[in-house]
Amino acid sequence: MKIKGSAAYWMIFPTLLIISIVAFFPLFKTFYDSFFSFGLRPGIERKFVGLENYKNLLRDVRFVNALKNTIFFTVVSVSIETVLGLIVALIVHQKFTLRGIVRAAMLVPWAIPTAISSQMWRWMFHDQFGIMTRLWERIGIITPGTPILGRPGLAMWAIIFVDVWKTTPFMALLILAGLQVIPEDIYEAAKIDGANSIQRFFKITLPLVTPTIAVALIFRTLDALRVFDVVYIMTRGAVNTETLAVYNRHVLMDRAFTGAWFGYGSAISVFIFMLIMIFAIIYIRSLKLRLD
Amino acid sequence: MNVVRKTLFYGLVILIFVWCVFPLYWAFVSSIKPDRDLFEKNPTFIPRRITFENYVKVFKERPFHVNIKNSIIVAGVTTILSLAVGSLSAYSIARIKFRGKKIVMSLILSVSMFPQISILGSIFLILRALKLINTYTGLILPYTAMNIPLTVWVLQNFFRELPKEIEEAAFIDGASKFRTLWSIVLPMSAPGLVATGLLTFIASWNEFLFALTFMQRPNLYTVPVAIALFKGASQYEIPWGQLMAAAVIVTMPLVILVLIFQNRIIAGLSAGAVKG
Repeated sequence: MKIKGSAAYWMIFPTLLIISIVAFFPLFKTFYDSFFSFGLRPGIERKFVGLENYKNLLRDVRFVNALKNTIFFTVVSVSIETVLGLIVALIVHQKFTLRGIVRAAMLVPWAIPTAISSQMWRWMFHDQFGIMTRLWERIGIITPGTPILGRPGLAMWAIIFVDVWKTTPFMALLILAGLQVIPEDIYEAAKIDGANSIQRFFKITLPLVTPTIAVALIFRTLDALRVFDVVYIMTRGAVNTETLAVYNRHVLMDRAFTGAWFGYGSAISVFIFMLIMIFAIIYIRSLKLRLD
Repeated sequence: MNVVRKTLFYGLVILIFVWCVFPLYWAFVSSIKPDRDLFEKNPTFIPRRITFENYVKVFKERPFHVNIKNSIIVAGVTTILSLAVGSLSAYSIARIKFRGKKIVMSLILSVSMFPQISILGSIFLILRALKLINTYTGLILPYTAMNIPLTVWVLQNFFRELPKEIEEAAFIDGASKFRTLWSIVLPMSAPGLVATGLLTFIASWNEFLFALTFMQRPNLYTVPVAIALFKGASQYEIPWGQLMAAAVIVTMPLVILVLIFQNRIIAGLSAGAVKG
């Protein structure tokens, strides 16, 4: 088919225009602004400060703490979600009655907006009337009368709990898609050769599904590093649950109206961008490996 | 042994099911309980008394219907715009040979990796300079940019799978590129368009960070923001019954939609998430 190449450029132009205005230009501007000191209140002088904002990052106790919380949240939630996701995927991969309904139910946590499910969970974690609070008391995780969302340490675990609830089923569905493409005859052959179910899992299933898990895992990591909604709604970042994104928004949108904080906030934004890009590059690399 | 294993297996299956749907069930139960039953030390799993008071109050005591309208407009326009703009790009990437295709595709896909928080401040400044804070346009533009990568990626995969012969025939008959796309390719791609459109709609409906930052008046809040910033008569008292009613109202259509289109959504998501 003979087509003029120039038509393609016209067809792509609107896309490029939109992503330039609302993605690439703002990104460039964030980098640029991070070398200045300025605020959003009129009367604050805009000054070039070079790398000053970046130097201040490591001196900022609240920033370092937010970084620690973000890493803790990411490592713990993604690990739990991966392991549980694999287990759930293996279960729903079996044939059983009502399998369709269970698989459909697994889309529910994903379909509910995080802002809304976080409020549902906040009610379930309510210090007096929360059903989850009652359950945790019964099991003995907490002593009666402990406000889960008001205790440092405990609050972060509650947030991780909600994230695991939302993401595990989804992770399981992705891994399930990987399980379904493993041809049945490999298992048959292994059975004939006398491999038991544990051997079949470690020698066949796990190696074949590892690429899918790896991709899902990095994808989740990208998401977890920028976690905002669930933390903002459950605790507003109080009781030592503040993550980088929550702190970043606070500096940009609250503090910058009172003083020269916008440049510093931009430096935090650049930091988060760099952090996520490292994982994004790993992600892209792993995709290439799969495509080959 | 077999019975034990079977019981254990079904136990796990039930656990997975309950785990997934319980919060929604609990929100519903809480929304139909009268306050005296709701604020009880040991709540019952099945409500003793049922009232729909909260469902009336949520529209009477606050502009929740306005919030729903805002969300429908923003998510709806975003979906149409992403599909329109995205399908043009997707088609040219799938079917036309041109220089720099790889670079264009990488540029578009790289946007999906951008952490929203990293461009939040700058977009705020740009929208403020253009007087677009507190307008629908101010949300629709960033949402469209965020959703285009997935739209382009999924649709170009879809277009590639279509039989080329029909398009060639149209071309020989003298139809232009746009004409071919509009009257032949798009109708054939309806399933792909529905799946990507649905994903875009859900993503925009659910978005919180931008909506929280760029809409600063309660009557312009989208649904997630209205629910996240739910306030009662006093500062310390959250009307949980009403809040749960609101949550149920906006979640139910979404859940039903997802259940109807579950196969297509999973296919679309795996294309987006697993393959890139």
